[in-house]
Amino acid sequence: MSDEEMMEGGVQKKFCYVNRTAPYGTVYALESLEVVLIGAAFEQDVSVIFMDDGVFQLTKGQDTAGIGMKNFSPTYRALEMYDVEKLYVSKESLEARGLSEDDLLVDVEVKTAAEIRDLMEEQDVILTF
Amino acid sequence: MKFTIQINEGPYTHQASDTAYNFATAALAAGHEIYRVFFYHDGVNNATRLSTPPQDDRNVINRWSDLAAKHNLDLVVCVAAAQRRGIADADEAKRNGKNADNIAPGFRISGLGQLIEGGIQSDRLVVFGD
Amino acid sequence: MLHTVNKSPFQKNTFESCIKHAAKGSAVLLIEDGVYAALKDSAVSAKVQQAMGDITFYALEPDVNARGLKGKVMDGINLVDYAGFVDLTVKFDRVQSWL
Repeated sequence: MSDEEMMEGGVQKKFCYVNRTAPYGTVYALESLEVVLIGAAFEQDVSVIFMDDGVFQLTKGQDTAGIGMKNFSPTYRALEMYDVEKLYVSKESLEARGLSEDDLLVDVEVKTAAEIRDLMEEQDVILTF
Repeated sequence: MKFTIQINEGPYTHQASDTAYNFATAALAAGHEIYRVFFYHDGVNNATRLSTPPQDDRNVINRWSDLAAKHNLDLVVCVAAAQRRGIADADEAKRNGKNADNIAPGFRISGLGQLIEGGIQSDRLVVFGD
Repeated sequence: MLHTVNKSPFQKNTFESCIKHAAKGSAVLLIEDGVYAALKDSAVSAKVQQAMGDITFYALEPDVNARGLKGKVMDGINLVDYAGFVDLTVKFDRVQSWL
């Protein structure tokens, strides 16, 4: 089946992208976002979970001019346009880092570890970056 | 079972490619199907033809090429990640104005959609990375 | 679900994050540097012991042996080879790799 045929309909699985790394220090945050965007065309049931240092991907006020790298954080706001709306953030990870929802640049659902655990159990395909 | 394997790291620096290879051979020996092996992030570096490891050590790249040939595996290298890191086939080299290509036998360059498709079509998707 | 952990618990919080999010009845397979969590009498042994109530632990034997840990693995951690790794991925509905 070609990518195009796959996109037109048929199988729908629950895809979960788990982000646990901070942005800029490594490429995983940026390249995982690229998978989410491309994957959006396949009309699967997508959830994105941010935990551990992954919560740092969503912090407001990222100014990358000094390090000479592209600031890709505005892309998280575009996810909604791709029908990727289920963004979950770990409560414990935020708290451990002294952050709150107000520090984040996009609307998210804050979940406890137990809730994230249950959410993960519902998924069909889990991609880690 | 049908497996899609994702490899996020390059040869030698991380054990990911080795573990994935050992997993893949065990899966094939048990009669399972490997639907696709998808190389992402630095994993694309598993596809360079120009690697010359020491003679007394395993050849990570050739091992994948050989396994692909033996079992007709689909080894896919993500085009965006490959462009960033300088892994190219003849078409990509020409298209991007490069004077050389370096892709190893058995690997092909394609889009991220192939990873998603692998996840949709397979029974299991297993990720090997850092 | 089958979870795999490939990081030493002394290096990163990967192992801790994994067991915090692993449901009762899950399996955790320690691979690569993750096998160090299987060491007897380490700073994390008590945590592993405690988690054993809800989770079944496995360690990839080739990785254990490679690191000279033969005979130093905690009781209750099941050693498997790559064929066993494959079997675990078949037995459980899905795999989550903790990196």
